[in-house]
Amino acid sequence: MIETIVFYLFAFSTVVTATAVVTVRNPVHAALFLVLTFFTSAVIWMTLEAEFLAISLVLVYVGAVMVLFLFVVMMLDINIARLREGFVKYLPLGIAIAFIMLLLMLNVVTSDIFSSEAMLEPAAKAADYSNTKALGSVLYTEYVLAFEIAAVILLVAIVAAISLTMRKRSHTKYQNPSEQIRVRKADRIRIVKMPADGE
Amino acid sequence: MTVELSHYLILAAILFSISIAGIIINRKNIIILLMSIELMLLAVNLNFIAFSHYLNDLAGQVFVFFILTVAAAEAAIGLAILVVLFRNKQSINVEDISEMKG
Repeated sequence: MIETIVFYLFAFSTVVTATAVVTVRNPVHAALFLVLTFFTSAVIWMTLEAEFLAISLVLVYVGAVMVLFLFVVMMLDINIARLREGFVKYLPLGIAIAFIMLLLMLNVVTSDIFSSEAMLEPAAKAADYSNTKALGSVLYTEYVLAFEIAAVILLVAIVAAISLTMRKRSHTKYQNPSEQIRVRKADRIRIVKMPADGE
Repeated sequence: MTVELSHYLILAAILFSISIAGIIINRKNIIILLMSIELMLLAVNLNFIAFSHYLNDLAGQVFVFFILTVAAAEAAIGLAILVVLFRNKQSINVEDISEMKG
């Protein structure tokens, strides 16, 4: 019973906040609503016993990706009025397409193959069952190649993001270490022989 | 009345439709477009986790793990491109960027 209440409460708030993400005027508010959407869906993942992924959704998405979004949104000086052009014009089209797609998807997901008779609620796990441990034991054995490819993808993302945004500033002064190290005495001082003064 | 698999699937379908509508109605604003893509990935992840739970198979959760990784990389690169674009054009409006008229 309590699970049902939790599911409906958080499913409802997920839908409401997701709608707010795509309709609010201010992009900063949209980013904050998206954070709330991630939180409520993390709770729903928790009810599906995917504890590790629920926590990592909050840590990785809310902690890193959404903070990056907020950084960029606040850093750019955006003219909101111009970005809202066409919002009302495309609203009926957007709702119509989304509604048709929703009907099609509902047609599939409410069919008999996904009914409660076909897909039984799995037996409850033992009290000492650890989702993180189970996930780790398949991640580092069966899926180890995919795991390493994921690491390479993250590396590529780091390199791409840095190389895209890094720029050489022409007016700042740099030191050239190799030239500094290779300097010789002859380059810096000149010894001048001259007769002593004052006799 | 208990929660079944189809409840989770319906929720994911609704989330996905909202983000489709978001992409259509916010055509001018790249930031909201990126956020809509994140919402879509969230809906897909919810499907994966629901099936993983009801089929008692951890492969679905492993897949969500990789989707999260790729989505984080995609968001980082997308926002970096956005920053570079804004630096060059002083605007992130889709109208100002469509120079190739594709």
